[in-house]
Amino acid sequence: MTTTTPVATAGAAVSADSPRTAVGRVRKRLNSPIATAASIVIAVVWTIPTFGLLVSSFRPERQIKGNGWWNAFTDPQFTLQNYQDVLFGRSSSSGQLASYFINSLVITIPSVLFPLAFCSLAAYALAWMNFKGRDWIYISIFALQIVPLQMALVPLLSFFSRGVTLGGITLLPAWGLTGSEKYIQVWFAHTCFALPLGVFLLHNFVSQLPKDLFEAARVDGASHPRIFRTIVLPLITPSLAAFGIFQFLWVWNDLLVALIFAGGTKETAPLTVRLAELAGTRGNEWQRLTSGAFVSIVVPLIVFLSLQRYFVRGLLAGSVKG
Amino acid sequence: MAVNSRGRRALVLTSVLGLVFGAAACSGGDSGSENNASSADCAPYEQYSGHDGKTVSIYASIRDTEADLLQESWKKFEDCTGIKIDYEGSGEFEAQLQVKVDGGNAPDLAFIPQPGLLKRFADAGKLKAAPDATKASAEANYSKDWLAYSTVNGTFYGAPLGSNVKSFVWYSPKKFQEKGYTVPKTFQELMDLSDKIAAGGEKPWCAGIESGDATGWPATDWIEDLMLRTGGPDVYDKWVTHQIPFNDPAVVKAVDQAGAILKNPKYVNGGYGDVKSIATTSFQEGGLPIQDGKCYLHRQASFYANQWPQGTNVAEDGDVFAFYFPTIDPAQGEPVLAAGEFTVAFADRPEVQAVQNFLATPEYANGRAKLGNWVSGSKGLDVNNVKNPIDKLSVEILQNPKSTLRFDGSDMMPAAVGAGTFWKGMVDWINGKSTQDTLNFIEQSWK
Repeated sequence: MTTTTPVATAGAAVSADSPRTAVGRVRKRLNSPIATAASIVIAVVWTIPTFGLLVSSFRPERQIKGNGWWNAFTDPQFTLQNYQDVLFGRSSSSGQLASYFINSLVITIPSVLFPLAFCSLAAYALAWMNFKGRDWIYISIFALQIVPLQMALVPLLSFFSRGVTLGGITLLPAWGLTGSEKYIQVWFAHTCFALPLGVFLLHNFVSQLPKDLFEAARVDGASHPRIFRTIVLPLITPSLAAFGIFQFLWVWNDLLVALIFAGGTKETAPLTVRLAELAGTRGNEWQRLTSGAFVSIVVPLIVFLSLQRYFVRGLLAGSVKG
Repeated sequence: MAVNSRGRRALVLTSVLGLVFGAAACSGGDSGSENNASSADCAPYEQYSGHDGKTVSIYASIRDTEADLLQESWKKFEDCTGIKIDYEGSGEFEAQLQVKVDGGNAPDLAFIPQPGLLKRFADAGKLKAAPDATKASAEANYSKDWLAYSTVNGTFYGAPLGSNVKSFVWYSPKKFQEKGYTVPKTFQELMDLSDKIAAGGEKPWCAGIESGDATGWPATDWIEDLMLRTGGPDVYDKWVTHQIPFNDPAVVKAVDQAGAILKNPKYVNGGYGDVKSIATTSFQEGGLPIQDGKCYLHRQASFYANQWPQGTNVAEDGDVFAFYFPTIDPAQGEPVLAAGEFTVAFADRPEVQAVQNFLATPEYANGRAKLGNWVSGSKGLDVNNVKNPIDKLSVEILQNPKSTLRFDGSDMMPAAVGAGTFWKGMVDWINGKSTQDTLNFIEQSWK
């Protein structure tokens, strides 16, 4: 394991003598004062727009619409009105983000768990089970990443609403989902779209597990399900977490898929769909957008910050060969 | 052990999910039957009855507070007939509608604001012809001009719903009074007033055409309004249907006339800077300097009333108001540039037709108008039911027999032009490209 994760070792021992790997050398060079200064500058520049949004979200409507957020320093006027509007707005239109928050969770959690389950199973099978055409299956799954999901939207929607008919024979009837059953469509869509990248990432990781482990387990009489459960799953936790965060952020921030498969009704629409409508028919209430954006940012921030060490470690572990 | 704790975690997750679903299910089931409204109240809805428990879905681009008012406007109808109306508004309406229809998931009814889009669906055979009752009440209440926009190859597809008047110039009655300016009645007076303000060292006009991926549309409205004024309605129709090329001298004349204001550094861009700042100022903010006295005139549609910050008094004697964008040659009548939505159906189930019929009636128009913030071209609309002064003025203009009504041209052109090169061309034009070059560019794109 240690040989396959050079970054983790290099990270743990920054001041070690001359690094052996290329990644280690790059890391060493990046530790110079100039590089540090440069990265601080980049970080600041990168953060300024977000900071501006944050300041804006506390400014009164007239100020937001009248001048830039930096005027808040010379002429400080702050209010919580925007947050009040988007969180607890009285009319059904001016906010009530709270209920859409739940919709977002209901969409996101299964849309993360399903791909995690399918991808790790597929990754294991493609890496450690011997069957004919294994490489071709892997390559075609990998190649599917090239297909933009936008191309699949209409066919998939038609698959749900019309079913599958081939030459007059109905292979699959229409699903006929209404109301909150539409969640199924969104889960299905997100799971489909996540599979190619997920299988690829996890496969890279699973295939690098030492062969001896599997041979030993096989000798002891362990079946595939048992090996998967007791050996593979605990070992690939970092990359599961990494892919999990990845998928979580993508689903949470997704507008397109939700808009098409969940629709814009209150029963199923996630936060992003609500946010897009928050500005009003002609964008006249756009002062709400800043505070709305910060409300929707909260959950991804928590998820990311609490799991970010897995994120870096897991992604690199899947991609860098030692 | 690891397996055990994982299992436990999964259990917790499933129970959390269960809870969440429970909550979602609860919140979804609040539309209890309140059908015990007194029968006298429901008498006007008698003709639509017989579809109790049916659901009709409506999809449109109207959202937020306006969507609230819409839903309120058919609440009574729902209670009395038992038909449940599922309304969905989206900012991506135009693109999403296409996806929904292609994917076999079309809404029952849609409010389409572009005759061009309506025609496309009609040509593709996706739309259902309007029921006879809708047709009858539309013919009785709307002028021929309006109905022509939802008629494709002789088939009438749906009645107009709401509308807005675009031929307005916003101003501040207060500031006008302070400075002794009067509302211009002719185009010449308008230009004289602009000169007078400019002579005092101030910029009379302000404008903004930035609007995300639709940047440029406010300038196309300018051109359309001036096409109607310099060329007249007949030339306008030929222009919109491409019977005359986009770079025809008549169009050049209209664009140059608009340029006399929009590209005159003495006239624009009050409160924002030079001519080029028009391209980077958002349309929502374009007219706001009027309030601060940094600009005096802003040409924008009636719906701009919603853009003023809360607490602004929009009235003839208030903080801001609008006057009719005067015409050049009054002998040709008073051209009015307008826009609006049409209620079209993708399904012809009886309950869908009942809703469609209901929305086409003057009773609905009046009911909706009473809730505020709405304009309709319906002749059956009583002006006294309209609340806001600016909406009142719009309705008066729409109902004025002298008005020559024309629909927003860019909404009728093919999307590649009306929502593509025309917008882009206008941005280049503001940024300094010559009128002829701009029009040549747009003409080239119209195949």
